[in-house]
Amino acid sequence: MTRQRQSLGDLSFTATIYGLALAGLALLLLPSLVVIIVSFTSGFSLKFPPPGYSWRWYVALLDAWQLHFAAANSFKVACWTTLLSVVLGVSASLAIARSTHWTARLLDSLFMSPLVLPALAFGIAALMFFSLIGLSISILTLIIGHTVVCVPYVIRTTVASLAQLNPALLESSASLGASRFYTFRRVTLPLIRPGIMAGAFIAFMSSFDNVPVSLFLRDARTDMLPIRMWQDLENRLDVTIAAVSGVMIAFTIAALIVMERISGLSRRLR
Amino acid sequence: MIGCDVSIDYPHLANPSFCAMQTTAPAITTYDLKLTLPLAAFFVVFFLSPLAILLYVSLHTDAAMTAHGLTQYGKFLLDPFSLGVLGRTLWVGVQVTALCLLLGLPLAWVYVRLTGGLQTVLMVVILLPLLTSVVVRTFAWIVILGRQGIVNSTLAALGVIDAPLRLLYTEGGMVVALAQVQMPLMVLPLITALSRLDPNLLDASAALGAGHWRTFRRVVLPLILPGVIAGCLLTYAASITAFITQTLVGGGQLLFMPMYIYQQASTLSNWPFAAAISIIFLAAVLAVVSLFNVLGRLSKGYAHA
Repeated sequence: MTRQRQSLGDLSFTATIYGLALAGLALLLLPSLVVIIVSFTSGFSLKFPPPGYSWRWYVALLDAWQLHFAAANSFKVACWTTLLSVVLGVSASLAIARSTHWTARLLDSLFMSPLVLPALAFGIAALMFFSLIGLSISILTLIIGHTVVCVPYVIRTTVASLAQLNPALLESSASLGASRFYTFRRVTLPLIRPGIMAGAFIAFMSSFDNVPVSLFLRDARTDMLPIRMWQDLENRLDVTIAAVSGVMIAFTIAALIVMERISGLSRRLR
Repeated sequence: MIGCDVSIDYPHLANPSFCAMQTTAPAITTYDLKLTLPLAAFFVVFFLSPLAILLYVSLHTDAAMTAHGLTQYGKFLLDPFSLGVLGRTLWVGVQVTALCLLLGLPLAWVYVRLTGGLQTVLMVVILLPLLTSVVVRTFAWIVILGRQGIVNSTLAALGVIDAPLRLLYTEGGMVVALAQVQMPLMVLPLITALSRLDPNLLDASAALGAGHWRTFRRVVLPLILPGVIAGCLLTYAASITAFITQTLVGGGQLLFMPMYIYQQASTLSNWPFAAAISIIFLAAVLAVVSLFNVLGRLSKGYAHA
């Protein structure tokens, strides 16, 4: 075994890899931990470590109607965006997943482009577009804008699960006399459902968290949670925001565990 | 596989999609391209048309939009301040991407070597930041880097500093914050690339007398290069447009492209100029994306050769 010839170089490699990985791990974990600890502070500042611990900022959250209003709006927009993204995205994925036609590749690049292009530029473009066609800013324009930037997530996970689908299953279904639609409903759909669900989940989260598009497409009547929080933070460093953050982290962890169970989320994101 | 073994003479032909084209899929497994029509129509109306209007608005010489011309572009491209903002934004992206790669690659390396429960726990730790609200993640950095934050209070307790350091609203602080925010985008493609790596190759390299560093440089790195480039592309694209982190941790003193666009549009209502900066920013990002795509294609040929 060559493993026994562990030289100093090999040791330094292992030490470097594990050292950097540990630093990376700390970088990933620390911020969430710090937020949770600070959200339980009994003081009025974001001092770390806090002078004492209490639930007061979570209690204060119950009366923060502006945040409630923004959260309700964000939730509504995220639900509709997810629904629209799944309907449009899954149908498009079915067509482009196995096609080698050049239009399929072109459409794939088009549908994926919102992922890499600066969403802020799209946000301002969408605002100009809606004001030009005379559609005033509302929940509807927000849903449309969010769908453009969220649909790529649904397409990515759906196309990936379609690519893993064994064609022999579909062929057997057809050879046993099933129609196209029956095969889709009873064979294809159950097999790609985890992929669709993972995509829908990420689309929901990214719509709920969207800033660059909401920034231009919302107004006072359609306030969105991330924007409200951002403005609160810009104006004064409010400890209430720490409590909101604590609630959001708790929800995210719960959602993450549920989605991992039912759709194997982590395998679908790679 | 004889039909696919063209990599020695024609590396660009040796990609999987080329080989896949040789077998035509049976009809039941493919769907009509018409199924893309609803989304394609949606994208033409609500994605391409707005971008076309953005271009149209940018081609006006004055804020009232009465005359056409290229003056807005001239105003940006001849102004050292504006060019500085663009340059600084693109440079921050490079720094964040480099830091993410430096910490993300070892993290992915360790992940594929863990088993069972530990691997699941690490995956949750990696995924959590991706799904936590970006405002929450950025807010954490305000707590960490602030005057009474964790860094300053630790350093003060250790007696390293007398007065709190100014860490918030500095470029260094912002790069670290952005790296944490975007790290999952780098780690996930790297995990995919590393888990596809044949472990026998590492053993073979070791058996032939190569140390870990040499094996990493000569065997691992070339093979995972497509994954590295994919991760870099996502991290870079996300970090230069990260409006929230840039404004909250970068603060008012450091101006970046997204805030510049927002200021011109919302505060000053200078729509043609805001549109022109957006177009320039889009073009710059497209140029970087194309560069990454070219590198990605080259790296795939390299890995197969």
